[in-house]
Amino acid sequence: MTKVTMKVNGRKVGADVPDQTLLSEFLRENLRLTGTHVGCDTSQCGACAVHVNGKVVKACTALAVSLEGAEVTTIEGVANGELHPMQVAFNDNHGLQCGFCTPGMIMAGIDMVNRYREEGRELDAAAIRHELEGNICRCTGYHNIVKSIQDAAAKM
Amino acid sequence: MYETRYHKPATIDDAAALLSGNDEAMLLAGGQTLLPTMKQHLAAPGDLVDIRGIDGMAGIRAEGDTLVIGAATTHADVARSDAVRKHCPALAELAEGIGDAAVRNMGTIGGSLANNDPSACYPAALLALGGTVVTNTREITADDFFEGLFTTALDEGEIITAVRFPAVKKAAYAKFAQPASRFALVAVFVADGPGGVRVAVTGAGEDGVFRHEGLEAALSGDWSAAALDDVEISEDGLMSDFHGSADYRANLIRAMAKRAAEAASAR
Amino acid sequence: MTSGIGQNVKRKEDKRFITGKGRYTDDHRNDNQAYAAFVRSPHAHAKVLGIDAEEARGMEGVIDVLDGHQLTGDGIGNLICGWAITSKDGSPMNMGAWSALATDTVRYVGDAVAVVIAETNAQARIAAEAVMVDYEELPVVVHAIDALKDGAPQIHDNAPGNLIYDWELGDEAATDAGLAEAAHVTTLDLTNNRLSPNPMEPRSAVATYDHAEDHYTLYTTSQNPHVARLVLSAFYNVAPEHKLRVIAPDVGGGFGAKIYIYPEEITCLWASMKTNRSVKWTSERGEAFLTDMHGRDHVTHAKMGFDKDGRITGFKIDTIANLGAYMSLFSSSVPTYLYAPLMSGQYDIQNIHCNVRAVYTNTVPVDAYRGAGRPEATYLVERMMETAAREMGMDPAELRRRNFVQEFPHQTPVLMQYDAGDFPKILELAQEAADVAGFEERRREAESRGKLRGIGYSTFIEACGLAPSKAAGSLGAGVGLWESAEVRVNPAGTIEILTGSHSHGQGHETTFAQIVAERFGVPVDSVQIVHGDTDKVQFGMGTYGSRSGPVGMSAVVKAMDKVEEKVRQIAAHTLEASEDDIEISGGQVKVKGTDKAMAWHEVGLAAYVAHNLPDGMEPGLKETAFFDPVNFSFPSGAFICEVEVDPDTGQTQVVRFTSADDFGVIVNPMIVEGQVHGGVTQGIGQALLEQVVYDEQGQLLTGSYMDYTMPRAADVPFFDVQHHETPSPNNPLGVKGCGEAGAIGAPPAVINAITDAIGTNDLAMPATPQAVWRALRAAQKPMAAE
Repeated sequence: MTKVTMKVNGRKVGADVPDQTLLSEFLRENLRLTGTHVGCDTSQCGACAVHVNGKVVKACTALAVSLEGAEVTTIEGVANGELHPMQVAFNDNHGLQCGFCTPGMIMAGIDMVNRYREEGRELDAAAIRHELEGNICRCTGYHNIVKSIQDAAAKM
Repeated sequence: MYETRYHKPATIDDAAALLSGNDEAMLLAGGQTLLPTMKQHLAAPGDLVDIRGIDGMAGIRAEGDTLVIGAATTHADVARSDAVRKHCPALAELAEGIGDAAVRNMGTIGGSLANNDPSACYPAALLALGGTVVTNTREITADDFFEGLFTTALDEGEIITAVRFPAVKKAAYAKFAQPASRFALVAVFVADGPGGVRVAVTGAGEDGVFRHEGLEAALSGDWSAAALDDVEISEDGLMSDFHGSADYRANLIRAMAKRAAEAASAR
Repeated sequence: MTSGIGQNVKRKEDKRFITGKGRYTDDHRNDNQAYAAFVRSPHAHAKVLGIDAEEARGMEGVIDVLDGHQLTGDGIGNLICGWAITSKDGSPMNMGAWSALATDTVRYVGDAVAVVIAETNAQARIAAEAVMVDYEELPVVVHAIDALKDGAPQIHDNAPGNLIYDWELGDEAATDAGLAEAAHVTTLDLTNNRLSPNPMEPRSAVATYDHAEDHYTLYTTSQNPHVARLVLSAFYNVAPEHKLRVIAPDVGGGFGAKIYIYPEEITCLWASMKTNRSVKWTSERGEAFLTDMHGRDHVTHAKMGFDKDGRITGFKIDTIANLGAYMSLFSSSVPTYLYAPLMSGQYDIQNIHCNVRAVYTNTVPVDAYRGAGRPEATYLVERMMETAAREMGMDPAELRRRNFVQEFPHQTPVLMQYDAGDFPKILELAQEAADVAGFEERRREAESRGKLRGIGYSTFIEACGLAPSKAAGSLGAGVGLWESAEVRVNPAGTIEILTGSHSHGQGHETTFAQIVAERFGVPVDSVQIVHGDTDKVQFGMGTYGSRSGPVGMSAVVKAMDKVEEKVRQIAAHTLEASEDDIEISGGQVKVKGTDKAMAWHEVGLAAYVAHNLPDGMEPGLKETAFFDPVNFSFPSGAFICEVEVDPDTGQTQVVRFTSADDFGVIVNPMIVEGQVHGGVTQGIGQALLEQVVYDEQGQLLTGSYMDYTMPRAADVPFFDVQHHETPSPNNPLGVKGCGEAGAIGAPPAVINAITDAIGTNDLAMPATPQAVWRALRAAQKPMAAE
């Protein structure tokens, strides 16, 4: 067991956890932030995507204890008083159906928009599709997810 | 996962001490391979030694013509490094094609090389660029580093600290992804560097990454895609699985080599 | 009206999902939570000689280890298949015994033999590895054709030769005659590849037994919680219905895989009683590949005859369907009544005969997956049409046009009576949208880039809105396939709709509210949809087979009819007018041609305060209705796919995909189009990417996303979705259902396009780069030899 402290969604949190605790488990079981989902065992589906120190990371493939002092943002923390433009865009563009992959899609979407902007690259539809390689959706056929991210990118 | 003890040493010596004489200890860097393996109970290290807290383990710098990349540098950092893009854009492109954005934010060059997955990308770069692996005890040339599937010249407890890539005249990497995993089904790295033309193939070999002499000879004489049309690509020693039998992989070696050769010329 | 039928109302349910507040089964955790981990067979076929759980019992956190002998000893019944199929010789199907925990024999890799209950999930999993099972391996058979061979391993004693049934539909003699007189006969041998449904939320169950009340509560990932409760009670003897509450909360996709009641839910309920703990099990993805029901897996030989003008004279089909190691809940119906009746496609075919043999193999059971039988039929029919057109040198669209059914209703020789449609129109719509006229130019342009471009059609029909209960019963169904609804108008006028339909991505909370808003002129936000909880909602049949629209919504309409009648009576009484003069619109209940009116909520209040109701009227304003459809509904569509193939690698890219669909009346186009996008992508997945692969020992080679290829964003284009509405005459809204169309229609369009591009018809699904490269090379070889 190791005491781990981090800042999650702006709040300082800490717990004694077994060293092998994954960040996804820490969020879901210790903090009961169940918006971070686990859809595979091999780091491919992206339902667990969160931001660690501002970068998108798969929470199922990171040890909680290795993130001592980190700032973590989950789907529960992206709305700042009002919904984030990416959240609004997913609603406006029907970018979700069952909702299970959605938190990861939104976290990946925010990350890619920010990253491309920083690097001065154009985030067109083809780039969005490429950037979604690590996020699997079984419902939407991605059509409206891509549209949602395009829409949000214009508003962020 | 099975129980494990996590350590985050501050120095390379502390890390080495933790590994020393402990069969159950494993190095942890980005964890993008090790953690899924542990989740599936296919690995059960009693101790995990996280080297990401060690000063100088991450970072990219140019030493003259040589590019030095710290072992704990993430794929994302390699991909967007100005130094890498300037010295060896092929390497930046390779890094940009590993896994996905989230994986690239965690996975490291040292972890990839030490694991030597037969379908990983970095081994092809190291081998074709004629790079050098720097460890806490010595330096190992690319040609001496890879020893077969998931096997390298690293000794027990030996820790990669950095990787050096010499400047090359031209280079490019072409990858054909296995459709499901997105690892290389076959990928080819071509480079014309200080040691001449080197062509490394990953994803295809039963023993992991390998150099292809026929392709190297052809490109040495005439650096063009057309020069590779008649090179014999033997199926011997190539992997066969339901994603790609040996003959298909042999075809892809040629196709990817041609693409890489063209891309390198076009740069 | 901006929120009624036909409007793109944004989804009411989205907010909880985009903020991480969805509540899926695994998000529920009880105070006394324990965790289950299953001990699963590593062998595809073996005798279980003994189970030694002593070491596991002593491990940290372990509460109990339970096995199949205890389970059956407690009277828990075997899993059943609920649709009885009769072989053509009159004999009943051969259903082998399936215990939730195997007692003496395991029949596929992943078959559960015991369960460990522990304080934590990790402890349960680690202890499960310590349970020692003594197996005696038996010979294995994986492929359907091999299972029927002489000397094949025998999987169930009561199914000699592994044959479950040998069934037929249609007139064989007439079909043979039709083929004999044909000017041209096209013959095809096709495999319909085995798929894993892969809803992104893995299956999960949280079972809690209350000793004081002798009552069970099960949170589970179900598309049909009432059916789950019925089966758990009536067949598996877990608990009587009134002592079992089944809740399917937010469910992260189903696609068929969450229709069935699985061994894990049964075991968790029983284990909760045994251990006096709440027991939770959540599948890992690897476990899902090993245990979620698979789909498809047919091998078919078929012939279609044409006269000199290209009109179909006969269609004869011989299919072997692999049902896996056990018969899952609806497995028997998928390759029979959900398959053969679709063989007429959009075409006027007089002679059809379809023979189906279903067999056991040592693989995961196979059941309905999005489309269920209809994709298999459509793939065959539409590959047949395209192939025949090429063989006869005809335009594939023209061959289809010549054979289209033109008049409705249309009776096929395979049971179905098509209700409505306009097949030439939707084909024309698709051709225009897809710019078929410009294709040759696009092909030449692609060629200049070294790419092979091809175009392929699929004009298809579905039978949705399962199903008229009487008809289903006469065909062997163990249940009726109606749906229920309760419309509750609350005293202050807000409305709750209790529906047996279950929403796990379909957007019912919005679309069901839209039909109420349309009817009563109330805001969508004042309508709440209640579903997924057997304690809250009256018995209902759930969501599958594109039935929530045609059947589920129809039940709501029927209940609204009753509510409206009472509203009229109350308003007429209060406003002193004739019932016939009462009209409901814009939130008002008015007397026509006057300014006399009551606000909607005033009617609700009047019904509940009951101070001034017509003599003899009961207080309150809520009505229940059950809707039993008189016929299936028949959505139809025309898909046109364009692909580009890289001849160097065999890589195929779908570069253009056009769908023209007739779903009847559309309640919410945005949501309907979303269903098409998702369905088409699953169809493209089947055609290009997805395949469950076993080795000859029955080991699953595609046990994770490292080897089973899920469609990703870069694998598909934007879709062009067109609509043409011919209302179904068989339900009050005229809707037909839209959930499965994409998955049904897309695979042949994709394969027809690739085979057009590469100039050879010899290509099986999935058309992986390797498969396409091989097909190209095989086609080129004779040329090289010339």
